[in-house]
Amino acid sequence: MIKLALSIIMRDVSLSLRHGSATTMVVGFFIIVVSMFPFAIGPEQNILQRISVGVIWVAALLSCLLSLDRMFQTDYEDGSLDQFVLSPVPLELVVVAKSIAHWLTTSLPLIVIAPILGIMMNLPNEGFLPLIYTMLIGTPALSFIGGIGASLTVTLRRGGVLLSLLILPLYIPVLIFGVLAVKASIGGYDATSHYLLLLGFTLFSAAIAPWAAAAAIRSGLE
Amino acid sequence: MHKFANPARFMRLSNIVLPWITGLTILLFALGLYYSLILAPEDYQMGNTYRIIFVHVPAAYMAQFGYGVIAVSSAIGFIWKHPLADQAARATAPIGAAFTALALLTGSLWGKPMWGTYWIWDARLTSMLILFFLYLGYIAVWQAIEDQVKAAKIASIVSLVGLVNVIIIKFSVDWWNTLHQPATLMRMDGPTIGGNMLIALLLMIAAFNMFFVAVLFWRIQSLILQRRIRSLRLQLGGGLG
Repeated sequence: MIKLALSIIMRDVSLSLRHGSATTMVVGFFIIVVSMFPFAIGPEQNILQRISVGVIWVAALLSCLLSLDRMFQTDYEDGSLDQFVLSPVPLELVVVAKSIAHWLTTSLPLIVIAPILGIMMNLPNEGFLPLIYTMLIGTPALSFIGGIGASLTVTLRRGGVLLSLLILPLYIPVLIFGVLAVKASIGGYDATSHYLLLLGFTLFSAAIAPWAAAAAIRSGLE
Repeated sequence: MHKFANPARFMRLSNIVLPWITGLTILLFALGLYYSLILAPEDYQMGNTYRIIFVHVPAAYMAQFGYGVIAVSSAIGFIWKHPLADQAARATAPIGAAFTALALLTGSLWGKPMWGTYWIWDARLTSMLILFFLYLGYIAVWQAIEDQVKAAKIASIVSLVGLVNVIIIKFSVDWWNTLHQPATLMRMDGPTIGGNMLIALLLMIAAFNMFFVAVLFWRIQSLILQRRIRSLRLQLGGGLG
């Protein structure tokens, strides 16, 4: 069963790699959104430094959101989603596999790029490692919770906007703890509690979200 | 529980109960307004401005209560496939959203004389705003899906996920806010409330509650009638027109 889940992950990742464009577009969007802020706010180094963590995190949320509606869409269109529902693998496990694949193809490239954007936004040196750590811990929650939104809107024609309306409020805890952890590290405070809360939220969403998403897919396909 | 799933029975029962609830609502509002505007004394610090809490506090309470009603009826509708519970959840959403908006509005009107600004990113205000977003998302789901049975299922999942999250969000917003501004401007432990003020507040909460129930019944009735009209039109073969 785990083997099947692994093969779903491999399939999604290789599909995305061969298709190429989706991941590149998400990364490009991430960079462009962050680089809009100096134009809007002004190029003063100290102001950019203050907002850097927050801007990078918000841009990461938006980029993640951008790719969510494709999570089940292609499978729904070519009928593989019906096959997943009918297959002996529990649908919940399929959702977990799809979420992990989404994380590998969307969030992981963002984490690789984030330090470069950190340099552009004048992020203090003490902030780089915490930024990478928090993104590593926090972004899986985005994919798991996003899976709920993607499955709720998969059968709808104009699901994209609804998806953002539903999912963005649920991302607030990740944003809060992700930013607080980095800021605490920059300020020289102990950030352990923020890391633990962020990790807890991720684990909680990993445990709960697949059930909701699977229920939503079943209701949607009826 | 399935005894009440029959829409016709609900229509009969609610037609009997509704006049009483409406009368009680009017009575409670009359009493509550009399107490809160006339009998309750002027506050020695805040003057007459404080009287907005007699609207603000009940509205904020009903906003949260409304989301609870949606979540409970959604759970009942999802587990027992109870059509009336789905309709109840659907009917509650705009009422709850309106109370949330009212709470935000009165809160910011109160904030101007008290804090000198219409909006601060206070933990309570922020969580209320997020609750409002969750209401909007829930209402949008009902509007986006044509098939009512499917919409009910999807919407109930949305509301249950939202309920779990609203608790986490509330906690994290408190955490975020206490770290950002240690001295909160709004301190409730200052003037303790008592006497006629307390009676007025309780009366207003009861009045808002009754009003909520009355509007909810009206809305469920109108949803049932809408469905009946739809199915009658379909039977006549005239399409949905």
